[in-house]
Amino acid sequence: MTMFLVDITIENKPTIRDPEGEVIEKDLMVRNGYQQIRGVRTAKLLKLKLEAKNETAAKEIAAKMCDDLRIYNPLVSMCSISVRVSD
Amino acid sequence: MKIAIVVYPGSNCDRDVLRILNNVLNVEAKLIWHTDKNIGEFDGIILPGGFSYGDYLRAGVIAAYSPIMEEIKNMAREEKPVLGICNGFQILVEAGLLPGALLRNIGLKFICKWVGVKVENSDTIFTRHMKKDDVQYMPIAHNEGRYFIDEDNLKELKRHNQIVFRYTSPNKGELEDYNPNGSVEGIAGVCNDKGNVMGLMPHPERASEKLLSPYGDNSGINIFSSIISSIGE
Repeated sequence: MTMFLVDITIENKPTIRDPEGEVIEKDLMVRNGYQQIRGVRTAKLLKLKLEAKNETAAKEIAAKMCDDLRIYNPLVSMCSISVRVSD
Repeated sequence: MKIAIVVYPGSNCDRDVLRILNNVLNVEAKLIWHTDKNIGEFDGIILPGGFSYGDYLRAGVIAAYSPIMEEIKNMAREEKPVLGICNGFQILVEAGLLPGALLRNIGLKFICKWVGVKVENSDTIFTRHMKKDDVQYMPIAHNEGRYFIDEDNLKELKRHNQIVFRYTSPNKGELEDYNPNGSVEGIAGVCNDKGNVMGLMPHPERASEKLLSPYGDNSGINIFSSIISSIGE
């Protein structure tokens, strides 16, 4: 078995407004000189350590858990999973 | 008749509900810890407000996986009354017992204020002591109260008459559209299609005694008395 580091990023679907991201963009970044910014979305990041036999299995376990335990709310949010081997 | 009030780690309105049932309505009610699975003796159950599990991950989601949830689902299936108030509403949504989602308030602030709550459907076991379009005055106190539902499911909600409450002006007598948190169509409370599970963000237990209301009324009690009268049948 190998130890993997798994990042689960949870964010609102594009159709769901993210008022926090809007405020960060408008009132912090653009107002203070970063007019190049064209959109900010906030997200929640869970960093897991997970033991599995390989990278594919690690990703499968994490994805199943996200669905089983409603780690994200499928009505309004989505999640993406990235996996790398732990040092 | 016996009503259960679930206590999760972080619940903080459980005793307010208990007081209204025991002392104001003279109904037998009991606080039940969320790991207790023996709730078959109860005729109805209330999930109170608070911050179960510190609202970690997402308000209500961890409590939705508590040991007691299977029993709550059984009660819902048996068509016993299940009421979720504020965090209790969030938990029922996360558990899939009510449709939609409760997102962070559109203004990003925790809102604590009294609002008008208009009855949209008086034909439920929770609202039978009210008339359609009656306005109750109750406080809201939440950070994640923006009710969201997509267009297709909103149509279903309307088709089954599941919108129970909408927000209206806090100024007594005014019936203007009012939306403190950005909810879809100002929705403050919904029920399931059978009508025995309801959730609302406002706090009726804090508006059930005249002494506690800046409006000098106690209209919140109508929700609890409606449930009690439905159980007697």
